Amino acid sequence: MCDEIICRCEEIYRSEIEAAIEDGAVTVNEIKRFTRAGMGLCQGRTCRRLVERILSEKTGIPLSEIQPSTYRQPVRPVRSDLIQEYNNKDQKED
Amino acid sequence: MIETELAIVGAGPAGLSAAIEARRAGAEVLLIDENSRPGGQLFKQIHKFFGSRSHKAGTRGMNIGTELLRESKELGIQTWLNGEVCGIEEGHKLWVVRDRSRSEIVKAKKIILSTGATENAVPFPGWELPGVMGAGAAQTMINVNRVLPGKKVIMLGSGNVGVIVAYQLLQAGAEVVAILEAAPKLGGYGVHTAKVSRAGVPFYVSHTIKQAFGTDHVEAVEIVKLDDSFKKVPGTERTLEVDTVCLATGLTPLTELAWLAGCKFCYVPVLGGHLPIHDDKMHSTQPDIFIAGDISGIEEASTAMEEGKLAGINAACELGYIAPEEAEVRSREIWDSLNSLRSGYFGQKRRDSKVSILQKSEELISYFKAMII
Repeated sequence: MCDEIICRCEEIYRSEIEAAIEDGAVTVNEIKRFTRAGMGLCQGRTCRRLVERILSEKTGIPLSEIQPSTYRQPVRPVRSDLIQEYNNKDQKED
Repeated sequence: MIETELAIVGAGPAGLSAAIEARRAGAEVLLIDENSRPGGQLFKQIHKFFGSRSHKAGTRGMNIGTELLRESKELGIQTWLNGEVCGIEEGHKLWVVRDRSRSEIVKAKKIILSTGATENAVPFPGWELPGVMGAGAAQTMINVNRVLPGKKVIMLGSGNVGVIVAYQLLQAGAEVVAILEAAPKLGGYGVHTAKVSRAGVPFYVSHTIKQAFGTDHVEAVEIVKLDDSFKKVPGTERTLEVDTVCLATGLTPLTELAWLAGCKFCYVPVLGGHLPIHDDKMHSTQPDIFIAGDISGIEEASTAMEEGKLAGINAACELGYIAPEEAEVRSREIWDSLNSLRSGYFGQKRRDSKVSILQKSEELISYFKAMII
């Protein structure tokens, strides 16, 4: 079968995700750390469920038992100086 | 830092309805939306809605949107557009980036998350080519921005979104080459499907896209037949010349903020996957966070508006603006309305799934109560 991109932001192919599973990844977080799938601009909004499905198909773990990868802020792509601005404001208030 | 009594994230049908109810009761409301205009997906719904007249059936979605905006303006609801909520901390503090240029912190006593949903992707070799897009994206292009995404379109998915957008693409002047459905039966309401069929669009059930071809844009797709277990049948491939591929293969609730806030989740495939557990007041498992609309399960604008009202009324009640007895009575009325919306073959499935979520919520509440004792 022809290979296909799964994570468009980081340009990670299906074969790379399957290789990560063959190398022992059993959670979406592990696949993320092995391959960077889901670590791009959209933070997995598009590929998250595709990765979950590949993991389920390859390992037999039912989809209902697959935990989504960890969510972290910022959940939108923002300029890094705005993260700094947020941290400064946040600290001032504490 | 900005303080408010109620912050609502997402100004679609659910968020607007929640804001209107809470503001009408007297609560101080801040409505935040990342888009440059409010209304969510309502303004691209140029078709008439289904259901009974009390649910605005027969009214076009965009007119419902106009009506909600008029009400929210009359009530003077404070609205931030181009406001991206990037994070949530300590259960009540929102990090908002405004106009992509400055960070603000909003401290709210109560928060309603009505963030909606995102379109599901289907991977195949070539799906990253320009010209492959969500059906909802194509609908925004033609109905909001008045731009035709392409001249020859193939639609993957025959549910209501697929057939309605296919029809609107025809109206906008595109040719719809085919509608594919992976299942052996068509998914959408008969009335929509028949309309598209009468216009001469061929349907292929038990079919999917094998790959898309093109150098810097989609030029053709290869489609393939699927067997009973959804495996591709070799030798059944055929190539269709298209410049646009629309994916209408369902939606996933946008739940990032609920995860960050520490809400408990359950997995309900019929409603779109992982959803924050909530009770019949649209209360999540976090004390100050409510949810409404597609984030609590993929349904329709009509149910989103009812859930928004529920969340708005009950948040206002917790803020002390509505007596608990009155909130109870009004919630019950809304539930009657929701139950009638969730009837029929498709609706009943959603209703059963919703009941399962409410049960999970009750189990959790009794579990935590037992822990405290």
